[in-house]
Formats: sequence, structure tokens, C-alpha cells
Amino acid sequence: MSEVKDAKTPRSKAAKWTRRGFIGAGVLAGGALLVGVAVRSGNPIDKLKPIVAGGDGEALINSWVKIGADNLITAIVPHCEMGQGANSTIAQMLADEMDVNWENIRVMEAPADGNYVSQHTVRAFIGPGTLPDRPNQVGFMEPTYDGLFTQVAKLAGAYVTGGSSSVRTTGQNGMRIAGAAAREMLVAAAAAEWGVPTSEITTENAVLTHAKSGKSETYANFAAGAAEQDLPRAPRIKTVDEYKLMGTSAPRKDIPSKVDGTAIFGIDGGPEGQELKYAAVKAAPVMGARVDSMDASTARTMGGVLQILNMGDFVAVVADSYWQAQQALNTIQTTYTKTELDTLDSDQMFADFGKALDDAGASGGSSKADYGDAAGVFTAAANKVEAEYKVPFLAHATMEPMNCTAWVHDGKCDIWTGSQMPLVARGGAAEGAGIDADDVNMHSVFLGGGFGRRLTAEYSNQAARLAKATGYPIKMIWSREEDTAQDFYRPADISRFSGGLDENGKVVSWNNVHCTEDEPNDAALVEFYDIPNVSVRNAEVEMPLRLGAWRSVAHSQHGFFVESFVDELANEAGQDPLEFRRGLLANSPRHLAVLDAAAKMSNWGSELPEDHGRGIALVRSFNSIVAEVAEVDMTSGKPRIVKMYCCIDAGFAMNPDGLIAQMESGIIYGLAAAMYDEITLKDGRVEQSNFHDYQMMRMDDAPEIAVQIINGAPDNLGGGGEPGLPPAAPALANAIFAATGQRIRELPIAKHFT
Amino acid sequence: MIKTQINGRPEEIEADPAMPILWVVREKLGMNGTKFGCGIAQCGACTVHLDGQPIRSCSTPISAAEGKSITTIEGIADQDGTLSKVQQAWISEQVPQCGYCQSGQIMSATALLKQTSRPTDDQIDTAMTGNICRCGMYGRIRKAIKVAAGIEPSAAQEKTA
Repeated sequence: MSEVKDAKTPRSKAAKWTRRGFIGAGVLAGGALLVGVAVRSGNPIDKLKPIVAGGDGEALINSWVKIGADNLITAIVPHCEMGQGANSTIAQMLADEMDVNWENIRVMEAPADGNYVSQHTVRAFIGPGTLPDRPNQVGFMEPTYDGLFTQVAKLAGAYVTGGSSSVRTTGQNGMRIAGAAAREMLVAAAAAEWGVPTSEITTENAVLTHAKSGKSETYANFAAGAAEQDLPRAPRIKTVDEYKLMGTSAPRKDIPSKVDGTAIFGIDGGPEGQELKYAAVKAAPVMGARVDSMDASTARTMGGVLQILNMGDFVAVVADSYWQAQQALNTIQTTYTKTELDTLDSDQMFADFGKALDDAGASGGSSKADYGDAAGVFTAAANKVEAEYKVPFLAHATMEPMNCTAWVHDGKCDIWTGSQMPLVARGGAAEGAGIDADDVNMHSVFLGGGFGRRLTAEYSNQAARLAKATGYPIKMIWSREEDTAQDFYRPADISRFSGGLDENGKVVSWNNVHCTEDEPNDAALVEFYDIPNVSVRNAEVEMPLRLGAWRSVAHSQHGFFVESFVDELANEAGQDPLEFRRGLLANSPRHLAVLDAAAKMSNWGSELPEDHGRGIALVRSFNSIVAEVAEVDMTSGKPRIVKMYCCIDAGFAMNPDGLIAQMESGIIYGLAAAMYDEITLKDGRVEQSNFHDYQMMRMDDAPEIAVQIINGAPDNLGGGGEPGLPPAAPALANAIFAATGQRIRELPIAKHFT
Repeated sequence: MIKTQINGRPEEIEADPAMPILWVVREKLGMNGTKFGCGIAQCGACTVHLDGQPIRSCSTPISAAEGKSITTIEGIADQDGTLSKVQQAWISEQVPQCGYCQSGQIMSATALLKQTSRPTDDQIDTAMTGNICRCGMYGRIRKAIKVAAGIEPSAAQEKTA
């Protein structure tokens, strides 16, 4: 283990927090996850202590791990649980570094307090590729660098669960170091007490043992003593061969409560002993419009109705029951102010997109990648392929519709709501209640799906405004129709390609221009393919809907565009799609291994029944490499997805079954959208409303899925929540081409087979 | 006043007879395991049993439960708290992700296995297609049903076999 180097640049505040400030020093050991948390008097930790150190006899080791008097170890995780299972996996990483058995571990979501902002998470979210390769380098990073991200994190109100980042940032750079540090402090405390060298003390199952003297004590017995120890500046973290829990499929901690009805989601939350009133709401259906007039004469006469409110941007009914509120709301006649979008429909919007691309021409727009001479080489290429692809807006359709329970009382506001950015949700409620964010108490709940939908503040804002306006504790629930019409949508896009092949069928030129701005900004890039001349540009357009992050974000579009076009190039070159891709991966051995594994799983090249086809796709996203093969059956004239084969290299699978589950989930989410879904506009309004016209994949059309994991880079973790999604749509479209010769250039696929 | 039974307990419910069972159970009885998803019987998150039959409680008025017996997710474990075979299989196969749809999934699966102790894949499709899982855990749900039915070993049993 390398020694701590004294930074030559000015020391960070953290470095000044010595001794009693071990939490402050935790900035180094626990990574930036602890920034702003210190134990010195007057520092924010005093405020945090009552929140996280509940019972008597508990000592706060640091803000990531709490050792109870009962020797139960609580991992305090700054991410919400929305199905991704990352909180369990992060706790698993902590447990392994601390030598605690899984049964003794508890998981607690960190409170929505600004001091818990995780700068690691923010860095991965906004600056892909900037993470250190080795977790223990974090402590040696330039203080100003970390400081910068702390400020960014605070400004953005970030405490984000997104970007498939929880395990590889919080887990790898925060929790493991915190666990290792806590363990070393416990060992130091025991060594001091027993008067023996630290090197003679072993740890296992949350017990410290000195074999020579026969002494053995639980961690709990040294918790207080450990807090007095100097924080290790570079705690020794385990190497892969020392992992005990990491790399195993430890069962998730949240699952038991999700099979007996006891799990508390946002929609289930609320204050004890307070009688709730229920609100149904309907916002103006065109972006930017306001409520102009409202006729609620029928609603007023309906049972249980307490108040009918015109809130300006939305209308609400408050009643004794949600059902009564929604029934009454459905009768209200509303008109809205005029906007420029009132006459817009989807066809016009796509025509505008096309014009923006025309205007960008062969070199306009903003450049995302530009190497070699893509345009010149294309002109001279022996073979040319040109194609245009189109994808629609998409809604998230989380199973739990947006909702928030708000109780404004005594100058404060309590809220219960599922959020991927609790500080943002808290801010929305504070604004709605007209109080400081510090006076909003946000209660942790499970999220009934996130997928990028729950990153916004509008629903907590609405609930707090209603609670303030009515004086009631309000449980506001959006109808499914409202949830579909008022999403923050995955952007629609058009992407145009022109590719050049030489006489041998090798790709020599790749030109791509598309409309939406890419996030992450590498989403449309093809640097892992060996193509010498590349130009990728985007021509920005006006969007008539609110946009949001949708599972895998821009990879969801570009995975389909890029991997469909690669397939078209392979076809033009007269080559097998697998062999063609292999030929482009000379410099990308990890990609090649993943591609080969997926192909092998699918028995690629073997004969298939008539009207069946296989398609393959390869996408790197969130630092993970995923290849998928789809097998489709076109016998009925419509696609039936028989089976999906998937191989992922996420560096190292901390919890293999959890990673497999994320692949299964991402594939189904991606296939549902590829097959069925589009959000369309008419007169500026979203036309879809519920699951009958915005269809989900179901038991009878969900394919069997096989997943294989490659641990290709144990020190360079990739994400899990999103990377399974991007290859699904192109693999399916390519399979349909293989079976029928029909090239799908526009999603959703079902439109082509009515 | 509507007289019904909920999880074996007699209840007299003061409510608009048209009020859906979902909201009676959640708001009047404080049992939150049954979930609201769509309001139009499209997603199955609200599935409960009425006299043993799976129904979509978001679209079934409480009047329909007069003199009948409602079973919710809170009522399928044994009296002593031992989880049902279906619930146990849901844990062994690590089925839930976000978990929001799972009460409904478990209620549909429980009803299926009551009527068909060894369901075929087609029978599983028929019984479960009304239940959407947005996290896409259909493969695990199918497997868990087979484990609960004793048709297939659990993942843990497969490992030790």
C-alpha cells in the first residue's frame, strides 16, 4: 500500500480537521462523500448526530457507518432505493472491508441533508471519465478539484441516484474506504486497550480477536474507543483475492418488506396521528400554458369534496378520499392561456428537426467528435451507405405515479415522496411552502420506480403549495393519465448517417448528425470501433416538451442509431454482422470479448427455424460494455422476441445476481419502448394517457433472457442500472432485418407491423 | 354500511358504495400493501382476492364485496407470520426490484396456484399478463411461481445440487 503523499498544493479544509475531526478527515479516508461533515463543535455533524445516531449507546464512527451497541452495523447510504438494489450492494462493499458478516448489516438511507451530498456521484454524473482508476487514490486528489465538485454538488442540490453510479462511485470510492477506515480504527482501539500491536489483531464477523492472549471482543465494545483514534489516512482496502462478500450474490436487504406489503413507498407515507386529506391535480396540458378559466359547478356538489383550487399552473380538488377528489376533478371544465405550441403536432416537430439537420449540412452544428477527414473520405469511398433514423419521445411510466404527501405546520414542512434527488424535492417543497429548505423534513421512502423520472421538484412543490393553501396535511396523487401527460420525456430525435467503405468492405468514413444534445456526451461516439475518419455533430432544436433523463439517457437513442447503422454497413459490405464488428474491434479487446461471449451464448451462426432471425448489438455506456443478441420469430408476420442473450463487462460484478437482475430489467425496459412506445403531440398536448395506449411489455410477450458476466477490469467498475438497455432495441431491429430483410429505421417497431 | 370480510376479519364499512375496494382498503382501513397503478384495471398493481378470485380493486366498487371475503397482500401469510410459499419463492428468486407491483403479482400468482397447482407456461402467461412489472422481472416471476409450485428447484437449491 502506498504511503500518503503530502500534497504540494494548499491543504484542504479536511486536512486541517485533525484528531477530533475524524469525520472531517473522513474526507480523505471516506472520500468526498463526507465533505461538509465534521465533528468539531459548531460543525454540521452536531445537526446530523440526532438524525443518524438514534438509540443510546451508539457511536457514530463516521457518516457512512454506524456501529450499534447490539453489534449491528448500519451502512448509511446516500442513495434512494428504486429497485436497482445498489444500497444493498454498497452495504456489501462496506461489510467486506469491515469484516462484518451480512446478517449483521443494516442499511439506512442518508437523510436529505446538504451535508450528505456525494461529490463522487456528481462527478460521475456530470463528468464521465474523470474518476480515478484506483479507489484509494481519492484521498490524494487535489483538494481544489474535490472542492470544486463539492460546490457543484451543493449548487445543483445533488444527492443523486442516477447515471448508474451508486456502486462505482459511492461504493467504490466512499463506502469501501469508510469500511476499511472504521475497521482500522477499531483495531487501533483494541490494540491500545489490550496493549498489543495492531498487527496481531484479526477481525472477522464484527469481532476483534487477539489469538496470543485469547482476547476477543465485538466491534460494539470498541466503538467508542475507535472514535477516539486517528483516522487512517490511507486505509488498506482489500485486493480482489481477499474479497469475501464482494463478488457474491448476497440477498438484497429490501426484498422481504416487498413481499408482505410492509414496504413504505411515497404513496404510503404520512404523519402519524394526523388526518390526511387527498388531492387530485391536473396541470395545463401544453408546456408553458396557464389555467385561464375553470368551471367546477358539478365538482362542488360531489361527495367528500372539500376545496377546489385554481393554482394557476394546475387545478386541484381536495377531498376526504383520493377517489372522490379524482372523480370530482374529472368533471371540471378548464380553459388555458394560448401558447406558441398550441398548434404543434408530432409531424410538424419532426419536419422542424429535419430542417435543422438540413441547415447543419455536411459540417454545421456542434462537433462531438472529429478526427481524420470523414467528409472527404466519404466522397471518395468505393461504397457508400446513407440512412436516417427516427425515435419518438418516451415517458417513464414508473409503476408508482408521481405523488407527494406534505404537512405544513409550525413554520415547517414534512414531506413523504420518492425522489432520486431528495435535495431537489426538498427545495421544491420549501418553495411551495414558502419556507427555508432547512425547515423541510424529508422522510425516506422506497421509490416505485425511478428510471430518471424522479429527479424533479414539481410534484413536491405542488403538494407543499396545496398543504399551505388548505391547511390540511395533503396526500397528492397523480392519476396515471396525469403521470403520462406531465412527464419529463426522453427526447425525440432524428439521426442521419453517411458511411464509406473501401474495396475490402472496411469502414473508412463515419459521418453522423443528430438533433438532441447528448448526455452523457459520449453517447453518440464510436471511438472503440477502429474507424479512421469520424465526424459526429449535433444540430440543436427547440423541444416542445419538458425533457428528462430516461434510463440510459442519450444512449437509449444512440445505441439504436449507431448499432443499426453498423448493421447496415455490414450488409453493404456483404459481411456477417458479428464478423464485421469483430473486424472493427482490433483495439478494443474487452469489447471483443463481450461481443464474442454474447455471440457464443446465442450459438451465433447455427441454423434457425424458418422466419427466425438473430441480431447483435454492442454498446458501451456508464463505463460498462454490453453485447446483446436478440432472436426473433416472424412467423405470424409480427415480431415475437424469442430470447435475448446478454453479456456484460462492468469491470467487476460486486453482486452478480444483482447485476444480472439489472440486465434483465434494462432489456425489458428497452424492448418495451422499442416495440410499442411513443409519446406523440397533437395541438401541443400529449396524446397518450394510460397503459392501453402507452403499452408495457407483459408476461406473455417478455422474452427469456440469459445473462453472462465478464469481470474484465476489477479496479475500473462500470454501472449496472442502465447499460443493459441500449443494445436491446438495435439487437431486435437487426434480428428483424436478418429474418425479413426489412430494415427498421423508425421506432416503435410495432408501427411497421400493424 | 357494507358488511364484508377483510383478511378473515369482519368489517362494516361506511363508504360510498361506488368507492373502489382499493381506496377503501388503503384510506379507510390503513392497509397500504395494495397499490394504485392505473385506475382502469390495466396494470394489476391493485390485485386482491374477492372470495378467492383475483380482481382489480381499483375498478371494483366496495358494494361488490357485500357479504364476501376480501384478501389482500397483508392476509396471505400464516397467522403466525410464516410467509406463504409464493412469498418465500419471491424472496429465494430475488424477484422484486422497486417492488411496487409485487403485491399485485403475488396475489395473482397465489390465485393461480390455488386453482392450478402445477401451471404450464401458457397458464402462467394467462394468469399473469394482467400484471405489469415495469422493472421487467417477468423471468423471475415465472421462475418463482414454478418454485412455489414445486415444479422447479429454487436458485439456492440449484447451487447446492
